[in-house]
Amino acid sequence: MANKGWDEFEIGAMLRSFNGPVSDVALTHQEDRDYSENNSFTASVADWRIEKPVFNKDYCIDCQFCWIYCPDISIISRDKKMVGVDMDHCKGCGICVEVCPTNPKSLLMYSEQTDEEEALAAWPSKETGEK
Amino acid sequence: MAFDKMELRDIEVWDGNFAAAQALRQCQIDVVAAYPITPSTPIVEGYAKFLADGYVEGEFVMVESEHAAMSGCIGAAAAGGRVATATSSQGLALMSETLYQASGMRLPIVLNLVNRALAAPLNVNGDHSDMYMVRDSGWIQFDAYNPQEAYDLNFIAFKVAEDHDVRLPAIVNQDGFMTSHTAQGVKTLTDDAAYNFVGEFKPMNDMLDLDHPVTHGVQTEEDWHFEHKARQHRDLMVTVMPKIQAAFDEFEKLSGRKYNIVEEYDMDDADVAVVCMGTSVETAREVATEMRAQGIKAGVVGIRVLRPFPFMEIAEALKDVKAIAALDRSSPNGAAGMLFNEIAGALFNTDTKALLSGYVYGLGGRDLTKAHLRDLYKELQANADAGKVTTQLQQFIGVRGPKLAFL
Repeated sequence: MANKGWDEFEIGAMLRSFNGPVSDVALTHQEDRDYSENNSFTASVADWRIEKPVFNKDYCIDCQFCWIYCPDISIISRDKKMVGVDMDHCKGCGICVEVCPTNPKSLLMYSEQTDEEEALAAWPSKETGEK
Repeated sequence: MAFDKMELRDIEVWDGNFAAAQALRQCQIDVVAAYPITPSTPIVEGYAKFLADGYVEGEFVMVESEHAAMSGCIGAAAAGGRVATATSSQGLALMSETLYQASGMRLPIVLNLVNRALAAPLNVNGDHSDMYMVRDSGWIQFDAYNPQEAYDLNFIAFKVAEDHDVRLPAIVNQDGFMTSHTAQGVKTLTDDAAYNFVGEFKPMNDMLDLDHPVTHGVQTEEDWHFEHKARQHRDLMVTVMPKIQAAFDEFEKLSGRKYNIVEEYDMDDADVAVVCMGTSVETAREVATEMRAQGIKAGVVGIRVLRPFPFMEIAEALKDVKAIAALDRSSPNGAAGMLFNEIAGALFNTDTKALLSGYVYGLGGRDLTKAHLRDLYKELQANADAGKVTTQLQQFIGVRGPKLAFL
């Protein structure tokens, strides 16, 4: 895409999402779609993030709240099972953590530099409500 | 198709607005998104009535502003429809942001611009301020001098704009009230002949092509913006004029009416020439003929295509004249005037050493009379005889108070 001359692209402020024609896009998983290089799927915006969500599958009940609420389609879910977070496109907004209903939460925000193993090892325990 | 055809007489008595509305009907516009403003309103009203009466298969979108009107047109055009609207003056000013979107997105929308002055002071009458305001917006601009031409140029505008080698929006200008509200005999095309001339709409990169999803209106920064603008300018400079000429030629075969990129009147042996636009061209032609009876070899050059500007054609048309008047119907507000500047640019590197003077006239619907033009031609002849411009380079015609002249 970069460094093409003025005569080497299609006219109009227009980009194609896919290489060639597509069918049944809605029924095809993102990783199986033939995205063009112009599509955001191939671009990482991970460096926009200051805090990141860490997913702890031990407490997840696959309610799909995070998948529904994520504004960037960055929760990866397959067959209604939470798989993880698309860290190339997650911008660290924390909404998934906010809506997570488990106790303790199955998603928590940590600074970008935090080691995931350490975060999981030090995961908070269940809150009793007897504060 | 599920609409009725209309039987027209060979010659109908139409004003410019109704002529344009009839052209929109005959082109079978899919979507008109419009907001009313004097003096252009009857064009979109006319389309809406044809639609309501079953003469068009399309959609009229009522919106809250001209900005929304053009935005609606852009969406409909990107979706893949034949799209048109109309506006004037303040409406065009409000639309101006979206005009650049339409041309940059290469959407072949046709805008009927009924020329009107820009406030303040508020004024509903004709001058070319609005036409001038958007001349760098990347739209093709045609200029009609009467209702017949407002009708004909709509067909030509669609044909050129929708060509896949062009894909640029086009404005058809006509003078507010003087053309838009003055009924004259208009020679018509049959519905079939008109539609066949324009042809079926051929979509390109349309959003409704679900097998080829596209994102329209993308963002580019310093890495890409320049290439897109350069491409658009290149197409305006190189591709558009030959397509316009081809459309003019084909239209002449169909209708017998001949259009030219620059309209020359008595220019073959002219010593003095007036260059102007709109209804003034017809007045100037009458006066030029009168001046010839008085021994002044007068000619008129009318601008038919303002964008792309006919740089070469204007230089060719003016190459043998001795004195030229550039008539601008828009206040330059601190400059020499658009036509003055463009003509000076076109002639500067040529062997033509004609004397060029500029005139500002007709603001806010002020009449340009035959008496004004007689004096003007005499002034040009005096310049030609003296071998120099005998006045200041810029003068105002028809304004009350002490004479205004500059430069």
